[in-house]
Amino acid sequence: MPTTFTKIASVTVGSGGASTIDFTSIPSTYTDLCVALSLRTNNDPDGGAYGICAISFNGSTSNLTQKRLQGSGSAASSFSFSNAQFPVDGSANTASTFANGSVYFPNYAGSDYKSFSIDNVMEQNSTTTFMTLIAGLWSQTSAVNQLTFSAVSGSFVQYSTATLYGINKS
Amino acid sequence: MPSTYEPIATQTLGSAASSVTFSSITGTYTDLVLIVTPQSSSGTASVDIQLNGDTGTNYSLTFLYGDGSSAASGLASNNAVANGGTAVSTASTFLINTVQIMNYSNTTTYKSLLTRANNTAGNVLTSVSMWRNTAAVTSILLKLSTGANFTTGSTFTLYGIKAA
Repeated sequence: MPTTFTKIASVTVGSGGASTIDFTSIPSTYTDLCVALSLRTNNDPDGGAYGICAISFNGSTSNLTQKRLQGSGSAASSFSFSNAQFPVDGSANTASTFANGSVYFPNYAGSDYKSFSIDNVMEQNSTTTFMTLIAGLWSQTSAVNQLTFSAVSGSFVQYSTATLYGINKS
Repeated sequence: MPSTYEPIATQTLGSAASSVTFSSITGTYTDLVLIVTPQSSSGTASVDIQLNGDTGTNYSLTFLYGDGSSAASGLASNNAVANGGTAVSTASTFLINTVQIMNYSNTTTYKSLLTRANNTAGNVLTSVSMWRNTAAVTSILLKLSTGANFTTGSTFTLYGIKAA
């Protein structure tokens, strides 16, 4: 029986925090990639309300676009950005709360542009809590061999985790 | 180690096709997950789904979407198709769509489909579709709402999920 989800690498942030979580030398032997995230930062760059995580592809944050659908608990809204950023829990949010999300990259080793999907939540038993759905596109034809998750301001705190899975179709 | 996420079949188109069908789906799984990365031969189109060859108006859907500036929700009753995502004809662009069909093999309840569609040039969308039929799902047909073809390289993968 085939193993469809194969763990490639997993990172748990230590007591000193980490400004980035970096997956390098990603093999091209899988069909798709999926990253499971549990993140919190020690800073709140966007109006002091929450943290922000940014994804880099092969070390680059260029040629990225996203459409975002977001629910805040009081309203639904939509935005366009030229990046692959999304909100996570930050220092202003309820203690011990971590944003949870998954990022899916189909055909990451192919020669077409790389589309990706992000589903992320940052529930904190209070206001300023976002459920975020993102349609993303990296308009580059290179195979994805590096994915970097960065805290836009400050660092990811201890116990933040990210696990990279390779997915096989057969 | 048990495999809970098992590929049932995958189809990568070697030539353009007006539809793709997964047939003879066994009832041995708990849920199904369909990963659809299509490209349209002409313009933007919805990916339509019909189950077990049912072309009647036995589907309904509720959707929530954002176009980059505003969010909205709507519904469609007595539809002839369920929603399976979005495709565009932009060069080198194959969008990612996921469809989950829970408890697909039971014969007592109507079937629900949970879809996430991602179009950076259009809408980011989530929807729930319902097929008003209690039959086990044994086949899934996908086609484009505009009648355009899926282009070469469009990929469709069906996974079976086992709860235990």
